[in-house]
Amino acid sequence: MSHNVDKTNDDKPSDGSRRQFIGYGAAMAGLAIAPGVTLFDLAHGRAPEEAASNKVRWGMLIDTGKCASGCNDCVSACGKENGFSGSRETDSQWIRKVEIKDLRNGQSHSLPMMCQHCEHPPCVDVCPTGASFKRADGIVLVDRHICIGCRYCMMACPYKARSFVHEELHDQNPDVPRGKGCVESCTLCVHRVDKGGQPACAEACSEAGHNAILFGDLNDQNSEISKRVTKLATTQVRADLGLNVGIRYQGI
Amino acid sequence: MNIDAFRKIEGRAFYALAGLLGLVALIGLGAAHYMETHGHVVTGMNNQIVWGLPHVFAIFMIVAASGVLNIASIGSVFGKPVYKARAPLSGLLAIALLAGGLTVLMLDLGRPDRLIVAMTHFNFKSIFALNVILYTGFFAIVAIYIWTMMDRKMYAYSKYAGFSAFIWRLALTTATGSIFGFLVARQAYNSAILAPMFIIMSFSFGLAVFILVQSFMYAWNGMKLDPAILRRMKNLLATFAGAVLYFTIVYHLTNLYFAKQASFERFILLDGGVFTNLFWVGHILIGTLIPIGLLLHPTIGAKLKTVLLASSLIILGGFAQLYVLLIGGQAFPLDIFPGMQVSSSFFDGAIQHYSPTLPEFLLGLGGLGIALLITTIAVRVLNFLPRDDAHHSSKVAATD
Repeated sequence: MSHNVDKTNDDKPSDGSRRQFIGYGAAMAGLAIAPGVTLFDLAHGRAPEEAASNKVRWGMLIDTGKCASGCNDCVSACGKENGFSGSRETDSQWIRKVEIKDLRNGQSHSLPMMCQHCEHPPCVDVCPTGASFKRADGIVLVDRHICIGCRYCMMACPYKARSFVHEELHDQNPDVPRGKGCVESCTLCVHRVDKGGQPACAEACSEAGHNAILFGDLNDQNSEISKRVTKLATTQVRADLGLNVGIRYQGI
Repeated sequence: MNIDAFRKIEGRAFYALAGLLGLVALIGLGAAHYMETHGHVVTGMNNQIVWGLPHVFAIFMIVAASGVLNIASIGSVFGKPVYKARAPLSGLLAIALLAGGLTVLMLDLGRPDRLIVAMTHFNFKSIFALNVILYTGFFAIVAIYIWTMMDRKMYAYSKYAGFSAFIWRLALTTATGSIFGFLVARQAYNSAILAPMFIIMSFSFGLAVFILVQSFMYAWNGMKLDPAILRRMKNLLATFAGAVLYFTIVYHLTNLYFAKQASFERFILLDGGVFTNLFWVGHILIGTLIPIGLLLHPTIGAKLKTVLLASSLIILGGFAQLYVLLIGGQAFPLDIFPGMQVSSSFFDGAIQHYSPTLPEFLLGLGGLGIALLITTIAVRVLNFLPRDDAHHSSKVAATD
């Protein structure tokens, strides 16, 4: 017993100096990486080792008034970025153009439909393994390592946003891993967003001069998307389900 | 014929039957392998109809598995001797059917090789994950239940085991119905009535399967089932089939009450083509009204052949009912933009078409093969044949 007490006493001084050393070390490391962190912050991206933050809520505002019927620029850009064509019935469609017509007044709209990145995603609720998950910054994803391909999430999604990979895939984009037998959907181009970029569909839409898709942080009061969502009447599709989606529509 | 000659022929017949069922099971496994190597593109399923024929087979077997255990529950929990004699066979069929159903469900996964992932990663909010636990527990509880019934030393515990199994099977079927009941996205589902409806469906499907298997075993052994017992079981089957009809009516009436569900009901009941036909002809006429009429008929109703025909029709009707619920429920388009006319390259707003392919059918059939193979072998190895002593039989005759 006494031996143990002695040992504890012996350890004390060295423990203190170790703590001091770790403290200095952390301070030095902090100084060393601070400029890098600042740079990442300026570019609105984050370091690879840094976790997604719930201070951010990524979202989109789609102005259907600027979205032309027959224009497929966003869909083509998504296919090119994520490596699929969507020409066969069983092929994946992460984003699709939907034509809607109001039966009461005959008014028509054209709009892109994709994963709505819900705050309370039904796909995440039903997934048995937890492969469907929501990142802290609101992006809903599928972990391809633990998806067993049960397709329950496809049954649960109110937006038909998910696709199942029905056959072997070739020529994949290394940034966007996909695989036969797993379910997939719009990732909000998470690989671009994490590097400070924006989703391919939003980029293609603005590059073509349509500017129908605005991407940004819904939580940042100074962001363009946040200002517009506050000011304008925007719509959440199937708002009755109370899912608080990240993709908002304007003009429908 | 002397007894040795009979045993020789009976032995050969057993191996022939086991071989045939083994072949059906093997073909099913082959179909699953074909689906896995080529991908689901070789099935009729697509991104609109995501669950197909294998799920109809799997859910039928899982629902029937919990229902067939009812025979044992009536015996052990409610103390009816006629059913007590049938309890071990009922437990065996429950395990066999669940094994067959789960095999189909598992082999239809996009990644069946990741079964270990499903067993080690749980999202407890998911009914599917809960089902993994309920199904595994069901095997264990029913196995213990059979043990308590077949081992004299353990017999004292059979009532407790039977009671646990009864509660567990209710939870299991509630969870199976809730797979659909919790889906807010689709109009066919998202209803609390699906859980009790699945329980009552299990009563009916399970008893129909039990009657067929029991009759086959009796015929195999050259035995004759006591007519009084048959009468009791067929009356119970008619009651269960009537209860399924009642729940079906309530399900559709509640849907019709909500204006937003009217178009879906119109689709199933009037305009749905194959689904409307399967509902009225398959489920209601062939699977419900004709068998109830046969079973309750004053003269032919008590005949073994009539009961077997009615049981078979109830099983066919069960398949039709699940096909309409599962495939019909997915074929009707999602109401993403209520009140709007919708179209897209992803078939928004359109009725979906589904043509099941041969591998899907063979996989489903393979599951049935596995269930019956397990039953055949177990019945051969252990004493599962229901035996009624004269005392109980005469008592039944007296009460009936």
